Amino acid sequence: MSSDLIFQPIAQLAVALDAKKISSVELTRAVIARTRAVDTRVRAFNSFDEADALAQAAASDARRAAGQARGPLDGIPIGLKDVIAVDGQPLTASSKMLANFVSPYDATVTTKLKNAGAVLWGRLNLDEFAMGSSTENSANGPTSNPWDLTRVPGGSSGGSAAALAAGEAIATLGSDTGGSIRQPAAFCGVVGLKPTYGLVSRYGLIAFASSLDQIGPFARTVEDAAIVLGAIAGHDERDSTSFKTDIPDYRAELAARRGPWKLGIPKEYFGEGLDPEIGAAVEQAIAFYKKQGCEIREVSLPHTRYCLDTYYVIATAEASSNLARYDGIRYGHRSKHATDIVDLYFQSRAEGFGAEVKRRIILGTYVLSSGYYDAYYLRAQKVRTLIRQDFLNAFREVDALLTPTSPMPAFKIGEKADPLALYLCDIYTIGVNLAGLPGISVPCGFTQSGLPIGAQIIGQPFQESSLLAIARAYEQAHEWNTRHPIL
Amino acid sequence: MSSSPDLNIDHIAKLARLALTPEEKAKFAQQLGDVLHHIEQLKKVDVSHVEPTAHAAPVFNVWADDVARPGLPVERALQNAPTQREHMVVVPKVVE
Repeated sequence: MSSDLIFQPIAQLAVALDAKKISSVELTRAVIARTRAVDTRVRAFNSFDEADALAQAAASDARRAAGQARGPLDGIPIGLKDVIAVDGQPLTASSKMLANFVSPYDATVTTKLKNAGAVLWGRLNLDEFAMGSSTENSANGPTSNPWDLTRVPGGSSGGSAAALAAGEAIATLGSDTGGSIRQPAAFCGVVGLKPTYGLVSRYGLIAFASSLDQIGPFARTVEDAAIVLGAIAGHDERDSTSFKTDIPDYRAELAARRGPWKLGIPKEYFGEGLDPEIGAAVEQAIAFYKKQGCEIREVSLPHTRYCLDTYYVIATAEASSNLARYDGIRYGHRSKHATDIVDLYFQSRAEGFGAEVKRRIILGTYVLSSGYYDAYYLRAQKVRTLIRQDFLNAFREVDALLTPTSPMPAFKIGEKADPLALYLCDIYTIGVNLAGLPGISVPCGFTQSGLPIGAQIIGQPFQESSLLAIARAYEQAHEWNTRHPIL
Repeated sequence: MSSSPDLNIDHIAKLARLALTPEEKAKFAQQLGDVLHHIEQLKKVDVSHVEPTAHAAPVFNVWADDVARPGLPVERALQNAPTQREHMVVVPKVVE
């Protein structure tokens, strides 16, 4: 019974909860038991609080018994990436810098999930401060991919993807700055959605690169992703970049939107460096849409080759600024070896940050420094305009774009020691962040060695309803998400 | 491959208030030299008539009403301070 429960989608569990066939306490216990059984091997969690989760579940059951259930998420255990604040729980960003930090307040998405009745479950591992593509850059050690424990789950939201794939949560939240939701979703065989920049509040999210960061859901199905998105989206006056827009009933929209759609295939995303098995799986997905009556059109995003460089200038510049707050004074790690107050900054930061974070702070400081600002940062911001324009031009012709999510399947832990080689993992996902667009990764097959493959669909700004409907059409005709890793 | 001649790692580390070991300096200079070499590509793009994009959100000049609202109680705001005394964060002596 319990192993059945943990792999059921929210949509199904909500019906069982409402029919009183199961209780939230039962479901939460099943998730806890699974986590205890497998997480010593998967290592998706930085920490979890069983008593707190069970208390939330009991409260949910009491609401339902009183006829006051709050909707499909009431009583559903949802895991959070350890960069999203939950009042009274640890918030570490997988960094030594915040090893002992406890959140004094809730992130807006946390408040919204609590209001929807969700059972907030655990703190999920990531690359330190969300900087990485493999979850190897964590002060807590790497997370493993549940499909092959010798491989990475992707990153930076690797814990969020792995926990879901392994049945240690029913859905999870991650954050995506250059692909950190979509790429791990592809590596772990689950659905991952990065919403339009501004759709979901960033209040209470530890900042990495503020003009690129966006919180989004990992889920077993596109419908589940729609349910979670509906709960967390919406304007928030505490995030001045959040957008005032009506939030549709994404789940209802799924049924209402049936296509056919015009889909663009950006030729730059199918070139050199793409693993042939992934290319073939995405071609099959294209063929599926064509068979459904969709118009398939080749499009060009000519500045694609500049996305990676633009991203690494802008993201590191913003990171060097955002991470200046970690100085050992008001919170976070404080060195015991400093000679004076200025040395305290130098030593606390040296002791608190890991290698990749230091590398990015140095690069970001350099591109912003006097004499180099125009050559690097300002130039990158201008190229960013051209990259965004490429996408908007393509959307004059098509409703959405279909691409691979990652050029490669999950790689071995320790395989990519060179930072530049690791940065190249993100080539298909970072354009979406630079342009502020929504993107979703859906499972679209497995390699011969049994590793999941993801297809990415990129939508127009704030058109999540269409994006989800397009993804749902593919998912309903395939059964990739019915397979689960054997652990 | 090679460290960028422009990247004065001591100067940048000082700007970033980051103490680096000699090993870290050598390693980062080499690795970031490779990354900067890659980034040189951006110089090939003609941006002479292009406006910069700071962020992709269609939102500008957001104002908040100038109204006092309850914030965090002092105890909670200070709960993560490394050392504190009488509702203040304690730091090493700044002035002799």
